[in-house]
Amino acid sequence: MDIYSRRKYYVTAIFFAVGLIFIIKLFGLQVLDSKYKISATNNVLREIVQYPARGLIYDRNGTLMVFNKPAYDLLVTPREVEKFDTVAFCNLLEISKEDLIAGIQKARDYSTYKSSILIKQIPPESFAYLQEQLYKFKGFHTQSRTLREYANPSAAHVLGYVSEVNDTDIGNDDYYKSGDYIGASGIEKTYEKQVRGVKGIKKQLVDVHNRLKGSYLDGAEDIPAEIGNDIVTTLDADLQSYAEELFQNKKGAVVAIEPSTGEVLALVSAPTYDPSLLVGRIRGANYNRLSEDPLKPLFNRAIQAKYPPGSTFKIINTLIGLETESININTRFSCNGKGSVPLRCTHSHVSPGNVVDAIRESCNPFLWNTFRSIIYHEKTVAEGFNVWRSFVESFGIGLIISTDFPNALKGDLPTEEMYNKIYGKSRWNPLTIRSLAIGQGELGATPLQMANVAAIVANRGYYYPPHLVREIENDTVSQTLKEKKYSKISPETFEPIILGMEQVVKGNMASRVGVPGVIMCGKTGTVENNQGSDHSVFTAFAPKDNPKIAIFVYVENGVWGSRYAAPMAGLMVEKYLNDTISSRKKLVEQEMLNANLLDPNQPK
Amino acid sequence: MPKRNSLWANIDWVTVLIFLILVFLGWINIYASVFNQEHQSIFDTTQRYGKQLIFIGAALAIGFLILIIDSNFYVFFSFIIYGLIVFLLILVLFLGTEINGQRGWFMFGPIGFQPSEFCKFATGLALASYMNTHGFKLQTFKSLIIISAIILGPAVLILFQNDTGSALVYFSFILVLYREGLSGVVLFFGTLLILLFILALIISNLALSLILLGSFLIAFYVVNAKYKQYLKIPVIYATGILLLFVVNLIIGSDYEFSEVITAGSILGTLVILGYSYRKKLSNYTTIALIFLGSVLFTISVDYAFYNILGNHQQERINELLGIQSDPLGAGYNVNQSKIAIGSGGMFGKGFLEGTQTKFNFVPEQSTDFIFCTVGEEWGFVGSFVVIGLFMLLFYRLIWLAERQRSGFSRIYGYSVTVILFFHFLVNIGMTIGIMPVIGIPLPFFSYGGSSLWSFTILLFIFLRLDASRYEKF
Repeated sequence: MDIYSRRKYYVTAIFFAVGLIFIIKLFGLQVLDSKYKISATNNVLREIVQYPARGLIYDRNGTLMVFNKPAYDLLVTPREVEKFDTVAFCNLLEISKEDLIAGIQKARDYSTYKSSILIKQIPPESFAYLQEQLYKFKGFHTQSRTLREYANPSAAHVLGYVSEVNDTDIGNDDYYKSGDYIGASGIEKTYEKQVRGVKGIKKQLVDVHNRLKGSYLDGAEDIPAEIGNDIVTTLDADLQSYAEELFQNKKGAVVAIEPSTGEVLALVSAPTYDPSLLVGRIRGANYNRLSEDPLKPLFNRAIQAKYPPGSTFKIINTLIGLETESININTRFSCNGKGSVPLRCTHSHVSPGNVVDAIRESCNPFLWNTFRSIIYHEKTVAEGFNVWRSFVESFGIGLIISTDFPNALKGDLPTEEMYNKIYGKSRWNPLTIRSLAIGQGELGATPLQMANVAAIVANRGYYYPPHLVREIENDTVSQTLKEKKYSKISPETFEPIILGMEQVVKGNMASRVGVPGVIMCGKTGTVENNQGSDHSVFTAFAPKDNPKIAIFVYVENGVWGSRYAAPMAGLMVEKYLNDTISSRKKLVEQEMLNANLLDPNQPK
Repeated sequence: MPKRNSLWANIDWVTVLIFLILVFLGWINIYASVFNQEHQSIFDTTQRYGKQLIFIGAALAIGFLILIIDSNFYVFFSFIIYGLIVFLLILVLFLGTEINGQRGWFMFGPIGFQPSEFCKFATGLALASYMNTHGFKLQTFKSLIIISAIILGPAVLILFQNDTGSALVYFSFILVLYREGLSGVVLFFGTLLILLFILALIISNLALSLILLGSFLIAFYVVNAKYKQYLKIPVIYATGILLLFVVNLIIGSDYEFSEVITAGSILGTLVILGYSYRKKLSNYTTIALIFLGSVLFTISVDYAFYNILGNHQQERINELLGIQSDPLGAGYNVNQSKIAIGSGGMFGKGFLEGTQTKFNFVPEQSTDFIFCTVGEEWGFVGSFVVIGLFMLLFYRLIWLAERQRSGFSRIYGYSVTVILFFHFLVNIGMTIGIMPVIGIPLPFFSYGGSSLWSFTILLFIFLRLDASRYEKF
């Protein structure tokens, strides 16, 4: 044996030392250190968001109003994009080359290996063709979304629209991620949480080139998207459409309420717009166009316009007079017609009249005297005013009356302090604020509030907060909307006023306004306007007993109360109660449909 | 006692069995690493695993062929084989086809032939043949020159092919030479240089100076703990360093503290060197010279690293040493490789369940990074088994080599072992991040005909020699 044979041990030792080092290192890598397992998961897992369809929206009779249509986003993963035929691509998508380059650059700035949306909301018609051709363009893929679609081009203000979330939305609720949709107004906004559904997650395996390689664990950890809850609104789709038709080429608003429940049957702000204009890719451009329209179609007059109620307010003032016993049903005040002071009467009628006559004839002198009596019924003007004010407030004027209208305004109900500021303390009296007697001056109420007043009268003293939603799938309507609210007027006080309102419709208005077979009670109003023709106002409910509908109609520049607002209200009531318009009123209906009041100056 | 003349009875079947197991494991891991749904059959010859099966069949045929040839053939023709292959290595530089930037292939239609793969066993044969000549003495200058020529000749030619990995394999022969009597000093200095090279790059100059100084003082103490002069040494160094420090301050030059310490140490060492030389303290002289050499080497490393090595070589070494972490750049391969292996856990994800390798996160997964598939799908247990099999093979081969009566067979046996070991060391070391990324295959595992055949030839010639061990004297 050679002398170096001992060296075999050293060589063997080196080998085993290396083997041992490898084993130790592997034990560290594979057993002790968990960071590689996490890295491996990050390498191969892509969480793909599944967007749920929003809940459907029905009207009170089960007619589908809002549903969904598919749309597709085109996404780009900049790292995977290979040279491609840009001309063909641009033609396919109907975009300019500059936009394409800018879009890809923007995506690249965000991330080269994560995908970002290049083109949003491609309609299904274009998508089918795109899908066929897409294999030619590496690095592009699509994801499906849903967009709103409307059965009829109506109720835009009530339903609201859906837009993409902004930074504020993302900051307020961590459910939202960039690119998500959110209800931006109307029911879509108020009931966003119920309607939006729950996003799902699909876990996909991807290879090193970010190509999908199948689902992770056969989808065991996927969370399916939950479709949004359906909503049944209180609207009557037919009445809503009809009201919008009547209001074409007019400015104004109408609100109709079912008095026994507070359910809003129709709510129109005119001019309105087709809700489908604010869906999909055309939304941005249309939104800008609508917001620049001088007629302000995006402005919801029904809940945000503070109109002086005019003579329709006389109902409230006479009720307060009777309830405070400032007047009684036998009280008569004389009227000198156009010679009356301080408020002249535009009508010629029996004199002196009682409260029923005053409502029927809309007698300004009677209301002035009533108003003065209410104020002077207390020791001081201020005290009297505050009593009057608290009664008015109990009708919901100057208050937010419902949680269902997040953008609704309170209206203007003047305060003692306000008059003290204007005129000085104790320097004002009923004469100073006499306009309040006939619903003008500093008073402003939204059509929603005035329709609610009509419902209070119809109910003889109470109301339920007006609301838009009847049922929510897997949820209940807020309890606050089901609480009965009382005005400060006792039920029996209403009877003489209602009698007067009945006579309003029964008299010379019967043919143009009255509904065959139904006793309707109403009150006209003509609101003075120095920027054009006066506004035409009408409030009503029907039938007189067990009322089914309370309505308030406001037609800007409608000349006088019975000119447009009253016939339109009559038609809507008839439509709602009888489903059809009787033949004898077809002419009136035609006249109302054809009337164009967009010019503020209308012939008398 | 086995029959002397029966070839089949004298073959070491244990080694053959380990070989077959490794080849089989390699094949199923190649299947897993390139598995795709469209080609599920493991016999599909349009895919790598199908092709590897053909390569394995050919390898077995080659192995059989080698076994039936008389063992004297390899002894007598060793230089001719070596000469022929070196000739091919030269030829390939001019006539070869370039693949992946390496001009190392002869292409005959679809079939490739890589001379460098076959040069390994040829070099082993030539080395064994030369060192087994009568009256051979390793420690002579002439022997060392010829041995260097035999080993480094092919290495240089392969370097010309731009195949650094394969060229580095030839350094493994140093272990054969060590077994045959090369001084251990060469191994010691080799190791020291590598260690210093790494330290010079990864730690600060100041820390390195202090470490060297500390080791030096300990070395002196270990060599002669009782020497009464010992205490003088630290004083000499302290004086030297302080002196230079003061000089540096007075002159007002801006040398760094580490440079002052280094210079002070050199000064002190020179003093000690002179002292020990005069007193004939050879131990001290040696240690002082080693220290001096180490200091000078580390100083030159920084210069050499940045001025001699290419950019990508610098990057790979930096990445390995953890100096620069760039997981998406130079370190991408190693990082993904570690993720794949690390994600395997104790028991692995299961056959064909590896996501990192299957979805191509790991590059070259069926060739150089085949061990990733083992680590990911079979976990620590699987990795342990594979490393265990290799260790078993190496141990068996050393045992076989040591039982040879002929020096030729023993030297060739060691050559086989160290070549296989070097591939094992660098390949697996690379996949788990303790070796730089050098593209050489894992023996018997990696996909590829040339490499499998070359390892088969390498191993089976030795098995043939071993089977004839009783004939040699």
